[in-house]
Amino acid sequence: MKRLIIKDIEKCVGCGMCMYACSRRKGEAGIDSSGILAVSLSGFERGATVIFCNACKEPPCVQVCPTNALRPRKGGGVVYNEKNCIACGNCINACTIGAIFRRSNGKPAVCIHCGYCVNYCPHNVLAFEEVTAGKATEVKVC
Amino acid sequence: MLSRVLTVDLSSYTYSIEDRGALFEEWLGGVGVAVQLLKENMDVSADPLSEENVIVFAVGPLTSAYPLASKTVALFKSPLTGNLGESHAGGRTATSIANAGYGAIVIKGRSKKPVYVVIDNGKVHFRDARVIWGIEDSLIVGRIIAEKEPGRGTRTVMRIGGGGERLVRYACVTTETYRHFGRLGLGAVFGSKNLKAVVVNGRGSRKVVDRESYRDVYDEIFRLARESDAMKKYHLIGTAVNVNPLNEMSALPTKNLKQTRFEKAEEISGESLAESIGRRIACSHCPIACVHIAVLRLPYENEPYFYKTIMISYDYELIYSLGSMLGIGSKEGLLRLIHRVETYTLDAMSTGVCLAWATEALERGIVSKDDTIVELKFGDCDTYLKAIDYIVRQPNDFYRNLACGVEHAAKIYGGEEFALTFGKNEMPGYHTGYAAHIGYLIGLRHSHLDNAGYALDQKLREYPEPEELVGKLIKEEQWRQVLSSLVVCFFARGVYRPEIVCRALRPLGIEVSEDELNKIGEKIYLEKLRLKKQMGFDVSKLRIPKRIFEVETPHGKLSEEYIRRALDYYAKIVSEV
Repeated sequence: MKRLIIKDIEKCVGCGMCMYACSRRKGEAGIDSSGILAVSLSGFERGATVIFCNACKEPPCVQVCPTNALRPRKGGGVVYNEKNCIACGNCINACTIGAIFRRSNGKPAVCIHCGYCVNYCPHNVLAFEEVTAGKATEVKVC
Repeated sequence: MLSRVLTVDLSSYTYSIEDRGALFEEWLGGVGVAVQLLKENMDVSADPLSEENVIVFAVGPLTSAYPLASKTVALFKSPLTGNLGESHAGGRTATSIANAGYGAIVIKGRSKKPVYVVIDNGKVHFRDARVIWGIEDSLIVGRIIAEKEPGRGTRTVMRIGGGGERLVRYACVTTETYRHFGRLGLGAVFGSKNLKAVVVNGRGSRKVVDRESYRDVYDEIFRLARESDAMKKYHLIGTAVNVNPLNEMSALPTKNLKQTRFEKAEEISGESLAESIGRRIACSHCPIACVHIAVLRLPYENEPYFYKTIMISYDYELIYSLGSMLGIGSKEGLLRLIHRVETYTLDAMSTGVCLAWATEALERGIVSKDDTIVELKFGDCDTYLKAIDYIVRQPNDFYRNLACGVEHAAKIYGGEEFALTFGKNEMPGYHTGYAAHIGYLIGLRHSHLDNAGYALDQKLREYPEPEELVGKLIKEEQWRQVLSSLVVCFFARGVYRPEIVCRALRPLGIEVSEDELNKIGEKIYLEKLRLKKQMGFDVSKLRIPKRIFEVETPHGKLSEEYIRRALDYYAKIVSEV
C-alpha cells in the first residue's frame, strides 16, 4: 500500500499547504481536522519541518485506544473509526512523535496516508509512494 | 462566516467576545471592518501613546480558506504621524486569528505592569512580562515565549524588542521572526501599553457551503499562483530584484536622495544577495515562500576558528533604506544593519531615512558631533550600527528627537528641504516620478503600498494632466481596500482579480458581484479618508521635501507645479468627503 513519506525534509519552507489540504478534504477552511502539522524549528531562522503519522508497524496509539476506534492499517499506520471514538485523548498522549492532534470536538486528527496533501506541497518535501517492507521512511540525508 | 470580534481590555485585564455578523457582511473584513471597529472604540483625539489608543487586528473571509490570503491588517492611531496608522503583516498571524475563530481582535487600555497576552482559541490569558521587559532582541523574546506557551505550529507570537519598549515612534511589531507590522509605529503603541507580545493560537476550521466548488476554485488559484507569471518575481529573486533596474533608470534613492544612482548598487542587488541565500521561508498557507533569508557568517572578534552564523531576512525596501540611502555598498555591512534593526523591532525604512537625514545634517553643520555622538558618514556601517543603538537608547536630546522621526527632528534642527517624509512618514524606495511622490502624499497611509504609483511611473511614457493621474491613483487605492479587506497579500494582486475573488467567496457562502466589490472599495476609501480628516489630515498642510525636485528621475527632473496642481485637485476631493 502507498503511504505518505518524506522525500527531503530539508526543503520544507513551513508553508503548511499540506495542513490546509488535509482539512479541505473534509470541506473545511482551516486546520481543525488536519493530521499533519507544519512547524518552525524553534524559530524560522532554523528552518521548518512537518509532523505526521510515521506509519508505525506497532502503533502505540492503537495499543492505548480503549474502544478500537484506532486499528492498525495494512502497510503501517492506523485506520480511524470516529463512531467508536470517545475522545479520551489516550492516543494523543501515546504518540512518541506528537503526530496525533486534538480537534475542537476533543477527538483526534491523524494522518490516514491518503496522499491528498502531496498535490499541494510546493517543494516536493512530501511524496505518496509504495514503501518496501522494513523501510519506515525514506529520509534523504543531506 | 468569520465574524466574531474579541475585545481585550488591558486596563481591567478582561475580555469579551461578540458576534458581529452584520458588520462583516457590510464591510467584508480586514481593513473595512477594522476602520469601523476603530471608530467605535477610539476617540479621534486620543493621544497615540496613551491608554486611549486602540489597536485593531483584522483578517478577512479568504483567510485560511485560500492560499496567498495570509495577511493581517492592524489599525491604530500612529505615534509617528498623529493620524491613522495602518500596517499589514504576514507570517502566521492571520491564519492563527482565523483558526482561533475570530474575524478581528480589539486591544484597548494600558496594563499597569508589563504583560503579554495569550489568546488560546476561545480563552485569553494575561501573563506577567516583567522579567522579559527589557530584553531588547526580539528574536530572543520570541524564543522565550515560544518555549513557554502551547501551540507549536498553530500560533503567532507578535512581539516588540527594544525599539517598541523605548517608544521609538517608528518601532514595528515582529511576528514569526521575520515578518513585520512595519511603518507608523505599532511597536511604540505596544510599548506604551506595557504590552510585550500578543500570542494567538488557533486550531479550528469553518465549514464551507459548497465543498466541491471550493476545491475547484482553490485549485485554480493554486495553479495561477504557481504557474502563471503573476507571482514569478516573488518566487524567484524576490522584491530585491528591483535594485538593479531602479538604479539603471535613475530611480534608486541614494545618500539621502542626493543621487538617484548608486555606484555600488550591483554589490547590494537582489542578484548579489541571492548568492548568500541560506533558506527560504513561507507565510502560513502560501506556496510562494517569498521570504528570502541570507546567511551571514561572522568570525568572533578575538578568537580564530570561531564563527557565528546569522540568518537575515531581506527585501527591496531594506536594501534601499539601509543600503543605498546610507551609501552602504557592502553586502556584509548591509546585512549587519538589517539584522540590528530586526533585533530592535525598528521599521527599517524609517530608521534608514532618519539616519540618512542625520548624516546630511551633520555634513552641513546643522547638527554637530556633540549631537550625533558618532561621526555619521555615508558608507560607514560601523558608525550606523552605533547610531541605531542610540536611536533605541536615546542617550541625548538629538537621538530622543530622531526617535520621533525625521519630520519632528527637522522641525527642531532645520534641514526640512532634505527631510524625506511624506505625511510625516519616511519615504519608500522609489524615486520613479510623479505618480510615486503624489502617491506618497495622498495615499491614506503615505506609503508606496497604497496605490502603486511607482508602477504607473514605469508604465507611463508621458504624464496625463495631474487631475487624471490623481484619479488613477485613487482608483487603484480603492481596489486595494478590497484586497486588504479580504485579506490577500498585495503580492498576489495579479492572481486575485475581481472575477476570481467573486468566485472564491461563493463557496464560503458570500454572494457579491464585481460591481459590488468595487463599490465596497470606494466606500472603505471614503470611510478611511473621513476618519483621517477627523484626526486632523489636511492636504494644505502637506509638506513636499524640496530635495525630490533637485535630482533626476527616469522622467527627468520633476516640477513642483505639477505636484501642487495634483494636490489642489485632491484637496477638492477631500473637502467634499
